[in-house]
Amino acid sequence: MDCDKASYRVYRYLDGQLTVWRRWTIRRHLDRCPPCAQGFDFEIELRQVLSMKCRDEVPPELQRRIAEALGEPLPPD
Amino acid sequence: MGTLVRMADQARFAELAMPYMSPLYSAALRMTRNPSDAEDLVQETYLRAYRGFGGFKDGTNLKAWLYKILTNTFINSYRAKKRRPDEVDLDDTEDFYLFRRLGGLEAAEAGRTPETEVLDSIPDEVVKEALEVLPEQFRMAVLLADVEGFSYKEIAEIMDVPIGTVMSRLHRGRKQLQQRLWEFGRERGLIPTVPVPAPAPEAAGQAGG
Repeated sequence: MDCDKASYRVYRYLDGQLTVWRRWTIRRHLDRCPPCAQGFDFEIELRQVLSMKCRDEVPPELQRRIAEALGEPLPPD
Repeated sequence: MGTLVRMADQARFAELAMPYMSPLYSAALRMTRNPSDAEDLVQETYLRAYRGFGGFKDGTNLKAWLYKILTNTFINSYRAKKRRPDEVDLDDTEDFYLFRRLGGLEAAEAGRTPETEVLDSIPDEVVKEALEVLPEQFRMAVLLADVEGFSYKEIAEIMDVPIGTVMSRLHRGRKQLQQRLWEFGRERGLIPTVPVPAPAPEAAGQAGG
């Protein structure tokens, strides 16, 4: 495993889509290559930032509208 | 009797589905890019799910089922309503695009800010916008995978495309997101504009050839 191959597989590695063998070879590369290890860590952090920062408060009015709609009897189908 | 069963179903639906309103609303905002459309989309999604709940099988993934309804409703009702904004497909970039650029900055700066600190300091609105300007299919894939944590298989079912398509959309979408974050971060002075070393294409080629 070299830097090129490791970075090429970064997403599939983080997505848990590689075989045990491939994961192991990448892991082994990362243990020996701090720049690649930092790159992988950065990608993990970026994902967490994305997931944390893309949250929005539901307007109470929408909540009320939906709860009300669901509380009503079903329309005949 | 039939009515009783339906009433029980309704109560159960509300109990199971209401906790997903917040993530569904966030996803709807990223899809429609408009709060009023997002509200309508979420409401429509709940009504459709409510009516279809009889067909929902216990033990299957309710969250994925709700997102599929959300996605279909968006595609069928909302997307067509508006002219689609320009969808620029950027050139493919090197791996670790953003990390390499931020790393370049770090080297140039005296105050050595770790790359991840720069990332954390980017305001929510800028991150949301970077996601929202991605071409729709890339945006949906990144949203479902990286914001909502769905697996390739679940995304394939939600978007009704093969897994290979999910993977390629995700790959390109994630890279484009990094380019946008970099651009927006620099434009808005969130990332210091010191000279950045030209991206080193040979860096990727060095080891492997």
